[in-house]
Amino acid sequence: MAEQQITQGQFFKNLKKYYTFYTGGFILFVIMVGILEQMGVPNKILGYIFLFATIMLYAGIGFMSKTADVGEYYVAGRRVPALFNGMATGADWMSAASFIGMAGTLYLTGYDGLAFVLGWTGGYCLVAILLAPYLRKFGQFTIPDFLGARFGGHLPRFIGVLAAVTCSFTYVIAQIYGVGIITSRFTGLEFQVGVFVGLAGILVCSFLGGMKAVTWTQVAQYIILIFAYMIPVVWLAVKQTGVPVPQVVAYTHSLPKITALENEFNDKTTPKGAAEESVRAIFRERAAAGAAKLKSLDTGGATFLAAEKQKAVDKLAALKAATPAADAKAVDAAEKALKAFPADVVAAKKAWTAESKLGARAAPLMHHAEAFAANGKTPEEIEKNRGIAKKNFLALIACLMIGTAALPHILMRYYTTPSVHEARVSVFWGLFFIFLLYFTAPALGILAKYEVYSNLVGSSFAALPAWVSNWSVVDKTLMNIADINGDGLVQLAEIVIGGDLIVLATPEIAGLPYVISGLVAAGGLAAALSTADGLLLTIANAMSHDLYYKMIDPNASTVRRLAVSKGLLLVVALIAAYVTSLKPGDILFLVGAAFSLAASGFFPALVCGVFWKRANWLGAVLGMSLGLGVCGYYMYMTYPFFGVNAPLWWDIKPISAGTFGIPAGFLGIIIGSLISPMPSKEIQELVDHVRYPNLEGDIDTAGR
Amino acid sequence: MQLTEKHKQYWNINLKISSVLLVLWFVSTFVMGWFARELNEFTFLGPLGFYMSAQGSLIIYVAIIWYYAHYMNNLDKEYGVHEGELD
Repeated sequence: MAEQQITQGQFFKNLKKYYTFYTGGFILFVIMVGILEQMGVPNKILGYIFLFATIMLYAGIGFMSKTADVGEYYVAGRRVPALFNGMATGADWMSAASFIGMAGTLYLTGYDGLAFVLGWTGGYCLVAILLAPYLRKFGQFTIPDFLGARFGGHLPRFIGVLAAVTCSFTYVIAQIYGVGIITSRFTGLEFQVGVFVGLAGILVCSFLGGMKAVTWTQVAQYIILIFAYMIPVVWLAVKQTGVPVPQVVAYTHSLPKITALENEFNDKTTPKGAAEESVRAIFRERAAAGAAKLKSLDTGGATFLAAEKQKAVDKLAALKAATPAADAKAVDAAEKALKAFPADVVAAKKAWTAESKLGARAAPLMHHAEAFAANGKTPEEIEKNRGIAKKNFLALIACLMIGTAALPHILMRYYTTPSVHEARVSVFWGLFFIFLLYFTAPALGILAKYEVYSNLVGSSFAALPAWVSNWSVVDKTLMNIADINGDGLVQLAEIVIGGDLIVLATPEIAGLPYVISGLVAAGGLAAALSTADGLLLTIANAMSHDLYYKMIDPNASTVRRLAVSKGLLLVVALIAAYVTSLKPGDILFLVGAAFSLAASGFFPALVCGVFWKRANWLGAVLGMSLGLGVCGYYMYMTYPFFGVNAPLWWDIKPISAGTFGIPAGFLGIIIGSLISPMPSKEIQELVDHVRYPNLEGDIDTAGR
Repeated sequence: MQLTEKHKQYWNINLKISSVLLVLWFVSTFVMGWFARELNEFTFLGPLGFYMSAQGSLIIYVAIIWYYAHYMNNLDKEYGVHEGELD
């Protein structure tokens, strides 16, 4: 290609020109779709335009970057400048969970949700200082490559492949799930169809050009996702406060008002507090009644159920026969109650269990900024629960951070820079671009909360804001609102909001046209696709490069190696899409599991590989298998999905299983290394080689 | 390949700056997290504990990484272990 003849400096200049041009083009495109909207094109069509235009764009970049060169396919030719590698890292990193879920999580959980914000940014300090420059100097193709060379023998490499495939596969399912949700919501396609449409977008890109195509697509995707995130939030800040800096006004303007409103809602002597209390009292009553019925059901079984049903029938009959005629509303309610009456014992148990849990909605509000808010009957119990919340908060941060510094699809990005120097700078740009979104998310959570507390609460059910009625029609899990106490006004306790709503509905809350909603959907799609791209490539590379080329057939030709890699990419993608279409488990847990597994399996071996010359084959094998084993065992024993439900260790939740896996990994590597001989002189030289960006008479480990 | 005294010195300085920055990272993450309730008694753009976890610590992270890259790239040149000009 002509690019190879030009210098790095010129290449950088050209890239800046291309992407400036691209950004301008994209803005023009959004404006054009906006004009179409004004001309009366229906929203559904606009959704399709955004979806297909962006996927075609990614496919186009993928096609232009097609390559048959091994170095370009695996590490983008090692000429990605720091700034652009940073943007690609940003897109690679920020997943559907970050883009769509995070602000909502913060809305719902307040301070405690910040574990995700801290964990997903602070990990880059570990990447920058402990790993990125050294991996770049080593400079082959994959993370198992480093393990294989540093510790010798096939076993460490093989465990590395196993760990890389396990954690990346767990993570990619969460991404494809996000793709399915976005495409189905904005185009009306079935979830399963949406999954495969999105998958096509992922494949056209990585299939032809490997890492090279993925890198340049990710830069394009970063630009879309950051615009899509910022525009509605800034607009919302302007609408509420008149100042376009949400990251400041959320704290100075909205947060104090939220705190005041929280106090008012909790104080029964104020009008708002009294209204809230009337709703809460109903919930408490229903919860108590549900619990009582559950208890009788346990002893009475089907007989009790039949008696209860007879009561409902009698009540309706009495109301209908009453003279003077009973209130029509009451008759209606009794009819509905009879219709919804559970058909058998199992259904009754389910329905009444749900009722008995309504007590949670009667609980007083926690302050948004309060750290480790906890409930309890006695002060001692509150103190104890608070301690558990604090412990889990810190454990989760540790697992997410160390996992960040161990996820192969992120570490791989540092192989693609031209030098050690650029690798260091590129971690800075990477975190900077991630920071732009992450320090906005908590502000968005606050602004959205203020909107709900001050405008939605107290409004009349006859005249709900448009975004509320729209979303409650689309999806009850995102927006569920009902007049519980029958006063015709909205109380906070009458609203149930799903976390994903916050980002998706922000354009409407801010009163922006539908074109911006389409842009947000395109941004969410970009976030999910870019992460899925990086993950699928990691899995395919681990299997084609490490397993096939390095361990099975070291004499394979270049053409054959790339063919195997592309074939695997296709197979893995199809399996992942199939598993996703079955809708397994909880997304947040899948993500957490991927981080804990990566942290326990990779981190100790990678860090000791660079910083401890004494670390050797036995240590790595022992450390990695012990780390993965302990982490996997704890998840299996405690996560409800697996059905074992063993008691927790020190109250640590299964999502933070790495809390035990990481120390086990370090212990394994230390013990294993000390009971077996020092590594050979060649391997010690390799360690020196990665420690210095440039040495005289240096060995060369660059992959080819 | 024989390492000189100068090389060993370079590595020791690297270890020192890495440890200092990691301590800073640890404090701004775990120590501040541990004392979040106490920090919330103070006010800076809202309760301080909340602000630090939502924004303050993140700014520190970005600064740590910027400083490390800047410092090490200069150290490479000072000790003559920097990479040659590209292309």
